[in-house]
Amino acid sequence: MVGKLLTISKENLWTNNPIFIQILGICSALAVTNNLINTTIMSAGLIFVTGFSNLTVSLLKHIIPRKVRMIIQTLIIAFYVIIVDLILRAFLPDISRALGPYIGLIITNCIIMGRAEAFAGSHPPLISLWDGLTSGAGYMGVLMLIAFIRELLGYGSIFGMPVILEGKLFGLWLIFPEGFQGWIIMLMPPSAFFLLGIFIWIAKTIMLKHKDKS
Amino acid sequence: MTPTIDPLILLLASIFTSNILLSNFLGMCSFISISKDLKAAHGLGLAVIVVMTITSIINWAVYNHILVFFELEYLRYIVFIIVIAAVVQMLEMLIERISPALYMGLGIFLPLITVNCAILGVSLFLQIRNYSIEQSAVYGFGSGAGWWLAILALAAIRKKVDAAPVPAGLKGPGITLIIIGLMAMAFMGFSGMLNVQ
Repeated sequence: MVGKLLTISKENLWTNNPIFIQILGICSALAVTNNLINTTIMSAGLIFVTGFSNLTVSLLKHIIPRKVRMIIQTLIIAFYVIIVDLILRAFLPDISRALGPYIGLIITNCIIMGRAEAFAGSHPPLISLWDGLTSGAGYMGVLMLIAFIRELLGYGSIFGMPVILEGKLFGLWLIFPEGFQGWIIMLMPPSAFFLLGIFIWIAKTIMLKHKDKS
Repeated sequence: MTPTIDPLILLLASIFTSNILLSNFLGMCSFISISKDLKAAHGLGLAVIVVMTITSIINWAVYNHILVFFELEYLRYIVFIIVIAAVVQMLEMLIERISPALYMGLGIFLPLITVNCAILGVSLFLQIRNYSIEQSAVYGFGSGAGWWLAILALAAIRKKVDAAPVPAGLKGPGITLIIIGLMAMAFMGFSGMLNVQ
């Protein structure tokens, strides 16, 4: 049991990462990543939705008729997304406004539908929940990495805390004698595409080397 | 509060300056998988234009006249997605009945569209921005046209890249994303022209 959980985790976090390998759900991955705080909230919402929609689909798999399963799965996902949306609006109204339509767009995020279809439909509930949570975590890892680079180079900050003060990194090392100027392109859409492309390249190269060895 | 934007400006803005794909990142999944083939890209693009225009009008009406009236705004995600699924289903049956030739070209792409996030995204954007019915129709059509333009351009570029010596790890999605990044930069050149969000 524990071994199986570990295998699932490894697959979802690395060898079958939803973003690097399956190229799923990158719409929102790119749109929210110029800011670490928004990215964290967005991925937390996605982990919640993926986990619980997987659990629900798995619990209901014998009741749902095969022909209408797609629309039922979509409704289950929409139900959890509405919960996330309402919670964010009540407790974090600023972030909810900044994320705009992207919270609602979790519904059409292919990762969730993909996991429900490929895993939850044929596995017991608790394992499905774990699979959903780790898939979401695999997605979160990549997003945080991209957001970290974009926010650091674009705003010179991490989680909204400026790390480059008066041209000095952490106020200690002088790396920008003329003062830090944000790298505007990092805040604009193209950088997200470039960074994700480069990350996929690195991940694939490592995996290809690994395959050659074994 | 409905913003006052000239429909023509909104049309141009939704095609070029705030292209739904290149600046809002919507509809990426099918964008990457379908753009391998120019003909399929064209078919999917046309289907997106049709569905986006129809669903933005219907979703505008449903939201402003039914959901707001019954104070059920929080149900909009579920309602929008059902409307989209229903429109796609009906369109599929209609096209199959009217023109089998068109069905062969367009019909196979229709089921893909229900899960295309650009369609739901457009419906959510026009509700957040409080567009009027004319603005919604123009915005829906323009966004679809922008998506069609972007996927056609990418499919054409990918044809050339297929013959290029790309490093093994970068083949497939990696190089495609970098091409999209370059396209997004090219489209950024339009951004000074119109200021519509």
